[in-house]
Amino acid sequence: MLDLIINIVLIVVPIMLGYFFGRRIERKHYDSIREREAAFASLPTTVLKHPIESHNITQATLVSGSAVISIDYFKRFLAGLRNIFGGNVTAYESLIDRARREAILRMKESAQGADEIINVRIETSSISKNSAKGNIGSVEALAYGTALRY
Amino acid sequence: MHLSNIETIPGKTIVAHYGIVSGSTVRAKHAGRDIMAGFKNIFGGELKAYTELLSESREEALSRMQEQAHSLGANAIVNVRFSTSSVAAGAAELYVYGTAVSVE
Repeated sequence: MLDLIINIVLIVVPIMLGYFFGRRIERKHYDSIREREAAFASLPTTVLKHPIESHNITQATLVSGSAVISIDYFKRFLAGLRNIFGGNVTAYESLIDRARREAILRMKESAQGADEIINVRIETSSISKNSAKGNIGSVEALAYGTALRY
Repeated sequence: MHLSNIETIPGKTIVAHYGIVSGSTVRAKHAGRDIMAGFKNIFGGELKAYTELLSESREEALSRMQEQAHSLGANAIVNVRFSTSSVAAGAAELYVYGTAVSVE
């Protein structure tokens, strides 16, 4: 009986912690992302091969940024449930969205003094998948592009 | 060394091509980092140790590629691409490649 209670506590407590802390961390992260995105609104960033308007370009450099974001226990639990019924796993969507936007922001931050960033590419990977036991659920995003100075 | 992920280095002209150059690094899970990452997995949020690892391996792959281009006598690399692949359980490769050229 005691074993059963301990087992239930071991399952429920991380889910509760994940729910409370995970939500708070995510909300804080989104606030910070929105704030910094607004600050960088004046820096044109495109997936085009050429600048939006033709300029006399004096400098071009490769810039990149990366972020690794971990999932919380509650979302993992939700995703586990989704695996039974199928459908969109919205819990994971926000995770990937955060990682990619953070990577793009870091790329912009590393492009100090640039007038435009063109040909932006985003790459995602994981060193955690495929490991059968004790795997860490996380998303790695890497954004890169060419920063131009007029 | 000029680097760009578009076909040219803006403001310069390409005078010679040297073919494909590449650099890669394989990074793996780290037992010490994994303990912290395990805790983070309950609360969510950024895994700073792994972000660091990712940017280190990115820099390393880039510098290997630049070394190769340098040894060919190139002074720029255009059309740079990053690519990732899963090598084995708990390990991932970061691969960067591009075309080595001479610009003036």
